This record gives sequence, structure tokens and C-alpha cells, in this order.
Amino acid sequence: MSNEWPLWEVFIRGQHGLSHRHVGSLHAPDAQLAIKNARDVYTRRNEGVSIWVVKASDIAASSPGHKGPLFEPSNSKVYRHPTFFDIPDEAGRM
Amino acid sequence: MYAQEVKSTGAAPKSLADMSAEERAFQERIDADIKIEPKDFMPEGYRKTLIRQISQHAHSEIVGQLPEGNWITRAPTLERKMILLAKVQDEAGHGLYLYCAAETLGVSRDEMTEQLLSGKAKYSSIFNYPTLTWADIGAIGWLVDGAAIMNQVPLQRCSYGPYARAMVRICKEESFHQRQGYAIMMKLARGTDAQREMAQDALDRWWWPSLMMFGPSDGDSVHSAQSMAWKIKQNSNDELRQKFVNETVPQAEYLGLKVPDPDLRWNEAKQGYDFGPIDWNEFHEVLKGNGPCNAERMAARRKAWEDGRWFRDGLTAHARKAPARKMAAE
Repeated sequence: MSNEWPLWEVFIRGQHGLSHRHVGSLHAPDAQLAIKNARDVYTRRNEGVSIWVVKASDIAASSPGHKGPLFEPSNSKVYRHPTFFDIPDEAGRM
Repeated sequence: MYAQEVKSTGAAPKSLADMSAEERAFQERIDADIKIEPKDFMPEGYRKTLIRQISQHAHSEIVGQLPEGNWITRAPTLERKMILLAKVQDEAGHGLYLYCAAETLGVSRDEMTEQLLSGKAKYSSIFNYPTLTWADIGAIGWLVDGAAIMNQVPLQRCSYGPYARAMVRICKEESFHQRQGYAIMMKLARGTDAQREMAQDALDRWWWPSLMMFGPSDGDSVHSAQSMAWKIKQNSNDELRQKFVNETVPQAEYLGLKVPDPDLRWNEAKQGYDFGPIDWNEFHEVLKGNGPCNAERMAARRKAWEDGRWFRDGLTAHARKAPARKMAAE
């Protein structure tokens, strides 16, 4: 059995109330040390107020081959954007 | 640079007409500046070249901690010591970002460590020179990190997403490194005669090895041509070296220090400095392992890896046992 520590993906919430954002990855033997290492590597300059770590092997990802079927349907649905609708100036601010 | 003479496929880049449909689609994405991501199709040569380049870059960050670490306990003030500690800690982080970027290409961290420790993988020639005085810490930040920035800024636009993103983080931090080095040089250059001499001596010893960091002229190299076609290298070595000289000479003049090159002259026509020939024999000897500190650096890395083994294994064993213990207690 390999003694290489598992890979963890690191997510940090910044100062201004935004969502946690993926910042990188690291190796650690367990979740507790993954958080400690993430603190040392990814928040050395006040980058965050909260850390999530997830084992990389636990992440399910969409495959690049499915890009078409997954994302193309939204291309033709421009009416999902507010700018699709012309509202006359006379109607006031909206 | 931190990655010097990275070998690619050894063949000239293929023309679009000679490529398979998959390869052509790949090259067209690169030409359109669309990033390549880990799960996307990529030619085997692209993957291998990137692993070589990124791991060499990562090894350089890690080995690069050694010459500077030499001065942590001897920094002249507590403030300087804290700053140097922070810088060396950054270098470890840079190594980590880069190893992780390489891992997305299917090579494991242990394989890369093994390649460094066995001498199979290279690291930058610059870290095989000794740090003899405190001024060397200034010269390294100013010149070595300065030269690294020249190469790393364009790498932020590299075609491989994970590498480009790692470079964005690194470049942000690298600027602190260069400035802290120059600040040390300014202090010494304005100090006593002995301190000025120390600063000049450091510049004398680090100038040429810094120019060598960019690697030999690569105008005709098929490896460079392929790497450039794949956008994992953006500028020629000579181009970056010239840019470095142009920016650094005025900084040396500001310090009142003399660049150790009798042929150095401003060339009005090319709007840049002409400079003397580089001793490529020295460069190749250092790369081959015959530099002043190659053996010492590798011995230090091997010792760190061996001495840390019981600790890494202990943490692994604990991580395996902890869930069972927790369940038994509940």
C-alpha cells in the first residue's frame, strides 16, 4: 500500500462574505492536518476567514466530453437574462 | 530559468495538415488561447513536456530554500529574520502549488520526489552556488527572484490551466521577494565601506549565474519551437535575458554598485544594453552536477526525506486507525 498522503482540494471563503472558492490542493494524512496545512499555505496573506477541505477522490466532476449536451442548451435561452426585455423609459426604473 | 533546457518531443512542431483530427482540434484551441484543463485531450508529448517543466520548476523552489535557509539563524536583526522566514516559507508554498499542478497531469508527488532525489530530475543551476555573506541574501532576492519573475510573468498565460493559475499566485508573492532583496542591498550600499564592499562582492558573484538562469540561446532549438507552439513557453531565452539586463543595470547604478562586465554598454540603436559573453561551460558543468554546492544540496534533500520518514508514516498510521477508534468509542 502506498504511503503517499491523500490529495485534498482546498476552498477558502474570502473577507467579503462571498462563497468558498477553490484555491488549490495539498497532501495531508487526515482532514485535521489538511486544514492546518491549508492555513499555512493558502492564507498567509489574509486571504480567508474560513477553510473547507475535501478529499480529491470524493469529488465527482463533469466530463469535458459532455460539454455540448450539458451547456449548449442554455446558449439559445437568451430570455433568461433581464436585458432580453425592452422596458420603455416611461415605465420608470426597474 | 527555474526550468532550464526543458526537453520536449525532440521533433519540430507538426503542421496542422500533418496532425490527426484530435491533435488539430487541440492545437486550434491553443492558437485561440483557450486553456487546456486536466481532463481534456492532450498529445502525449505535451503532457510529458509539461511534467518535465513544472516538476523542474517545483524542485527549484524546494532546493532554493536551502541557500537562503542558511542565513535564517544569522540574519542581522529579528525583523530581517522574520522577513527571511516568510520568504523561505513562500518558496515551500510555490513548490507545493507547482507539484499539485504537475499532479493533475498524472504523475504522483512521490514519483517526482523520487526523481529529484535520484538525480534524474533537474533543478535550476542557480541554487548550486553558496551563500557566503548576508549580502548574498540581498543579491538572491534582487537578482535571482528578479530573473525568475521575468520568466514567470509570461507563464501566467501558459496554455495549461493549472500551471497558469499556479503562476498567478506565485507572481503575486514573488514581487515581495525581489523587493526585500533590493531593500537589503540598499541598506548595505548606504552603509559602511565594509558593507558596501560586501554588497559589491555579492553582485560580482551572483551576476553571471543569474544571467545563466535563462539558459543558453535557444533560437534554433526544436524543443523550444515545440514548447512555443504549445504555448508552454512564451519568449526566447535571449529575449528574457535582455529584458532582465535592461531592467537590472539601472537598479545597480542606483545602488552605486558596478556590474562585473567590462563589455556592458548602452546600445542606443537597440534601446538596450550590450553585454559580454556568458561562460556556458560553467553553466553545463553546474547542470551536470559539478557546481560548488550540488552534492551538498542533494545530500540535504535526501536527509530531510529520510529523516522525516518515521513522522510521515506515523501520521499515516494515525489517520488509518483514528476512524476505527472513534467508532469503538461511540
